[in-house]
Amino acid sequence: MAQKVTIEPVTRVEGHGKVTIHLDDSMNVTQTRLHIVEFRGFERFVQGRPYWEAPVLVQRLCGICPVSHHLAAAKALDVIVGAGTGHGLTPTGEKMRRLMHYGQMFQSHALHFFHLASPDFLLGYDADPAIRNVIGVAINFPDLAVQGVMMRKFGQEIIEHTAGKKVHGTGAIPGGINKNLSIEERDLFLKGADPLNIDKMIEWANSAVQFFKDYYMKNRDFVDNFAHFPSNHLSLVRKDGALDLYHGVLRAVNTDGKKILDDVDYQDYYNYIEEEVRSWSYMKFPYLKHLGKEKGWYRVGPLARLNTCDFIPSPLAQKEFEIYKAHTNGKPNNFCLHTHWARLIELLHSAEVIKELLNDPDLQKNDLVVKGTKQKEGVGLIEAPRGTLFHHYRINNNDQIEMANLIVSTTNNNEPMNQSVNFVAKNMMNGQATITEPMKNAVEIAIRAYDPCLSCATHALGKMPLDIKLINSKGIEVDHYRS
Amino acid sequence: MTDFFNFTPMKKTLIYGYGNAGRQDDGLGERFIELIDEWITTEKIQNVFTDCNYQLNIEDSATIADYDTVIFVDASVADIESFKLEKVMPNDATIEFTMHAVSVSYVLDLCQKIYHKQPETYVLHIKAYEFEFIEKLTPKASENLNAAFGFLKEFFSGKN
Repeated sequence: MAQKVTIEPVTRVEGHGKVTIHLDDSMNVTQTRLHIVEFRGFERFVQGRPYWEAPVLVQRLCGICPVSHHLAAAKALDVIVGAGTGHGLTPTGEKMRRLMHYGQMFQSHALHFFHLASPDFLLGYDADPAIRNVIGVAINFPDLAVQGVMMRKFGQEIIEHTAGKKVHGTGAIPGGINKNLSIEERDLFLKGADPLNIDKMIEWANSAVQFFKDYYMKNRDFVDNFAHFPSNHLSLVRKDGALDLYHGVLRAVNTDGKKILDDVDYQDYYNYIEEEVRSWSYMKFPYLKHLGKEKGWYRVGPLARLNTCDFIPSPLAQKEFEIYKAHTNGKPNNFCLHTHWARLIELLHSAEVIKELLNDPDLQKNDLVVKGTKQKEGVGLIEAPRGTLFHHYRINNNDQIEMANLIVSTTNNNEPMNQSVNFVAKNMMNGQATITEPMKNAVEIAIRAYDPCLSCATHALGKMPLDIKLINSKGIEVDHYRS
Repeated sequence: MTDFFNFTPMKKTLIYGYGNAGRQDDGLGERFIELIDEWITTEKIQNVFTDCNYQLNIEDSATIADYDTVIFVDASVADIESFKLEKVMPNDATIEFTMHAVSVSYVLDLCQKIYHKQPETYVLHIKAYEFEFIEKLTPKASENLNAAFGFLKEFFSGKN
């Protein structure tokens, strides 16, 4: 009797989704699917609104990474107001935005590692789920819990001082920024009372990388064999191949490291990327057009970024990058759990970039906005914490948005997440008579590595209990587990 | 209408609204803070501070550690009349969560475990009805907002 296991919703990811695992009569996994209940109506919601509202409006999309949406929209509108892309802004405009973005990256990566992923590493993926969470970390590793809280707080305060306010920031505007950073604000971060200063943040970020490497050395078999499969990888890189999380050109490499897309101006992204619709998920499946649906899917996010870039332009992170790359002899890294390692190297890099920016006197200058000849259409790309984020707008003669297309990071990772779930399910559940909680958590660990944001945007709606259903081939529920 | 509310004007109090103002009645928390801010300014209220965010998260445990009393304000779909003030105790039982929706009791529990502080904590639930992509409260939610604001204002003024 064929059966289906449903894990719904997936815990400790941003938002919710469910996993179904189809089993045959011998309890072998035949098919897995990650179903996403993502609201796609936002692209219609912004239609008819004045284009200059977009950077503020799109933050309503999600409370998890509003800064990424804010900046991606602003970058698209830079093109529309004729300010060009990336370096077309004034030095103050670009650097203030970079500070905002790297602050977002820092807080998001810290939150993910210390409070979403670390319970699995610190307490064990098969630990009692009652303690396998941030409270368990707080009890057993209080210093790490405090570091996670304070790193998140530091990043949030960077955002507040660059975006203007904590909720619905207005900092980035078409063509630039609406504020600079005062000396007093700068010194809050450079010379803040311990631990809220950038030197402490760099020290803690470096410690986090060392922590993961130490864990890895002790648990190498588990980490390397948990989930690995070949894939393409896509991200922005700086023109010279450096890691750049704010701006660059599109690059993709295949599993052997061969560049399959390089030096592509993202204004033309639609010539290279297509989105496939599948009947069982609200979330689309993007792929590289020239390789087709079967071979063209790709990963985005920390793992992908460290596979596409040639180097990291900050000393401590570059040193760690070299160690990380040596593990795969310089070839692309396809180990799912190494995403955490890559994320922590980016955390360290973000802290280093923040310090460099804070020491840059351009942040105190007053030349904030650039304008040029208005265009009808613009595309903005940014490397959000979870991966490449696309915003594309077209306006009409009344300056209203008439078309919007958003490809969010988690959508880009749709196929890789499904591949990861499939790998883990087959590896851990094949031939098993029962699906244990650790097995179920292993599936979730695979998804969590991508730090997916499936946000429903309204926290008031619904709790997130864990729901597992065993359903046979006739659709009859044969078992039901709810936490 | 309310649990026991052990407030005295001497206590350093934080009123913290949360929710997404771009999702209709989910903006009740933020709208409430706008009203409180205006009231604090015009009436020169001492020892009462405000904060606001999309949702609660782990760093709020550090924020509330600095206060004697904390009142969170949130939109609610629970079966309540127009608003309800409820006392909250630390609780780590809610382990199945997504981090965009950390609960008040969870924040309080984290505060206690990390910072060894336990501010007296309440949630002011305000009844909400619709959650579309609209930046305006429904008329009934607006009524509830005003009723809740009047209640808390009188409470702080010692009239309740």
